[in-house]
Amino acid sequence: MEHRYDVVIVGAGLAGLRAAIELGEDTRVAVITKVFATRSHSGAAQGGIGAAIGNEEKDDWQWHMFDTVKGSDYLGDQDAIEIMARDAPRVVYELEHLGVPFNRTAEGKIAQRAFGGHTRDFGQAAVKRACYAADRTGRVILDTLWEKSVQRGIDFFHEYHVVSLLMADDRCTGLVAYELATGAIHIFYCKALLLATGGAGKIYKTTSNAMASTGDGMALAFRAGAPLQDMEFVQFHPTGIYKLGILISEAARGEGGVLRNRDGDRFMERYAPVIKDLAPRDMVSRCILEEIRAGRGIDGKDYVHLDLTHLGKDVIGTKLSEIIDFAKTYAGVDAAEEPIPVQPTCHYMMGGIAANADGNVVIDGKGGILPGLFAAGECACVSVHGANRLGCNSLLDTLVFGRRAGRTVSRFIHSVGRVKVSEALVKKKVKGFTEILDKTGSERLGPILLRMQEIMMEHVSVFRQESGLEQALEEVRSLKEKYRLAAVTDKGRCFNRDLMDYCELGHMLDLAEVITQAALWRRESRGAHSREDFTDRDDVQFLAHSMATSTDDGSIRLFTRPVTITRYQPKERTY
Amino acid sequence: MQCRFLIYRFDPEKDAKPHYQTYTVEAEPTDKILDCLNRIRWEQDATLAYRASCAHGICGSDAMQINSHICLACQKLVRDFTTGGNFVIEPLPLFRVIKDLVVDLEPFFEKYRAVRPYLITDEPPPDKERLQDPEEQKTIEPALRCILCASCTAACPINRADPEYLGPAALLRAFRYIYDSRDSARPGRLADLDNESGAWGCKTMRWCTEVCPKGIPVTRCITQIKQAIKQI
Repeated sequence: MEHRYDVVIVGAGLAGLRAAIELGEDTRVAVITKVFATRSHSGAAQGGIGAAIGNEEKDDWQWHMFDTVKGSDYLGDQDAIEIMARDAPRVVYELEHLGVPFNRTAEGKIAQRAFGGHTRDFGQAAVKRACYAADRTGRVILDTLWEKSVQRGIDFFHEYHVVSLLMADDRCTGLVAYELATGAIHIFYCKALLLATGGAGKIYKTTSNAMASTGDGMALAFRAGAPLQDMEFVQFHPTGIYKLGILISEAARGEGGVLRNRDGDRFMERYAPVIKDLAPRDMVSRCILEEIRAGRGIDGKDYVHLDLTHLGKDVIGTKLSEIIDFAKTYAGVDAAEEPIPVQPTCHYMMGGIAANADGNVVIDGKGGILPGLFAAGECACVSVHGANRLGCNSLLDTLVFGRRAGRTVSRFIHSVGRVKVSEALVKKKVKGFTEILDKTGSERLGPILLRMQEIMMEHVSVFRQESGLEQALEEVRSLKEKYRLAAVTDKGRCFNRDLMDYCELGHMLDLAEVITQAALWRRESRGAHSREDFTDRDDVQFLAHSMATSTDDGSIRLFTRPVTITRYQPKERTY
Repeated sequence: MQCRFLIYRFDPEKDAKPHYQTYTVEAEPTDKILDCLNRIRWEQDATLAYRASCAHGICGSDAMQINSHICLACQKLVRDFTTGGNFVIEPLPLFRVIKDLVVDLEPFFEKYRAVRPYLITDEPPPDKERLQDPEEQKTIEPALRCILCASCTAACPINRADPEYLGPAALLRAFRYIYDSRDSARPGRLADLDNESGAWGCKTMRWCTEVCPKGIPVTRCITQIKQAIKQI
């Protein structure tokens, strides 16, 4: 079946929905999503959205900008970060106007709380900057934007999985997808295609991410020739529930919760004397692992305690109720009475499809763009998070740059005509896809997936070093070989999960290789990328974005893109 | 421990009618039921179809019947059941089965869309946020926990008997906007629900509240709608 739209958006999380709403009623927009819109992983965001609106105490967008730059370990592009920090208050008011049910202060203003790495006066003390709706901020924003899209009558294609982008004359002109319920193939032709497909945490064994977070958009763009930027920077959130990886929001520490080792010591006081437990995530995750390595994990095991017992029932009930339920359901812990066992969990990809602040996909080190293809949200690397994202900046990122991408797309589609896509190309793409079902093979998908997740967890997570990375690269490449020999066992058309698993695993293997290769290249420690064999940051050689493209022979070519520095020169990063 | 799963299977391409298939899975008492389903799919039978995503009870994808109880497969652990490691897994009732445990939720979302689930205001917004009393925000707080998993609607006996009835999830959404002090469509919203397909369809049987995986007092919220209608 064929569809023609002005704009096709892939992904119905916050970035995709915000862009769809921006495109207004005069544009024919289709939103394609492999899960029903409200199942998108944006809904799992708990703690808040950062904006210097100063409702609880004095704040300033320049402090927000500085914190984000410093949090990024100076790898974030400062022009983009300035756009985001300046735009943040408008974004939050806009959400309120759309109906987002924020918690309120006694005077009825939007309530705010402290979050990791967010400070006043350029690092003097923690500041309350995260606007929140209990600990389900992402969920209520997702619901609100989805409902706005319903009101607008935007066309949704729910449970459609994209298998390939269509390129013609070096421009993106559409995509091939299939409908889960029927297996039917759908060709979408469009003037502009926006990827807003989120993250790829499922590459790792322990993750807070959804089963759907398999990096589809990143891999589709990469295969279509777009570079992936800064993929070596993978965020591990310090507080996932032990063994399960389920997120316990930073809001728990923002409200006063503390981390303790086996001796009951509040160990973050030693590592970050000024903001202690509210240090940025890269740092807290490393500190937890240092404590564990020193034998100070709980009972000598590989976890520490997150202690909320002193916060009181009122705070826990009104501001942290979801995570209290998670602790109870999954760890059997009553967090009001006893500490929660936690360990770092793969949470967020700082890297992604190379993009600029207008949502254009960037293809070279000079900022040249790929016409017709746009990216926003976690799947994109703008880059506002650099080497390490601060908590409550991701919701902000999706909304600031989702809207900006929508505006750019709107201008773009009014300035260009349609490009004719050759029938032969479409046929080839469709054939390539249908052959997957016909394929027979000796390898099974399950063991390949599990092994990839183990290798990435072991060698390419918080701490990395050359020998481990090389071993991981070799193993990922051999898994890719095995994947070529793997077959889909479900040959049916109706809701074929096996086929989707096959596609997703292919995407994740491609990304795992890029992440590992970029991590090998970056012989320094910066933000979330911590090399045990190169423990210092090296601004002379590595104050640059890594860019990875696929080549015709299937190998990965790495090059760099300069970092934009405007207001804040790199300096040592302490808290 | 060894667990035995008896799972409802139906593939419209192959099966004239549904049947049950048995799988044996090695599981820890702390494993989620969803973990067991994933293991079956990855290790034994890749044709098994079900929806799941966040795997911790926030996205609302994996509502189903486990031992005849409507719940989320990611929110229930093996140890939560006292059936000696025996599990019967079936799709949500009420809805048409697409394949195995996957049901067609379009009728559910159709009713949800019918309650105008968005903020309606007739005044232009101020430069900053509109002020809202924290107590008012607390009134709608229970409804904000809804994850649209459809458990309540699937469980509701009225819904099963009367296809026209909006059902608990849609009414809960309506409640969320009726009691939001920023919304100006309250009179119209209440008038829309002042009938047997709306709020009065609820006979306070409380099955919705019983099954809600987010602990929302759904019946109480619907009762609050009825009270508001009486006060018009």
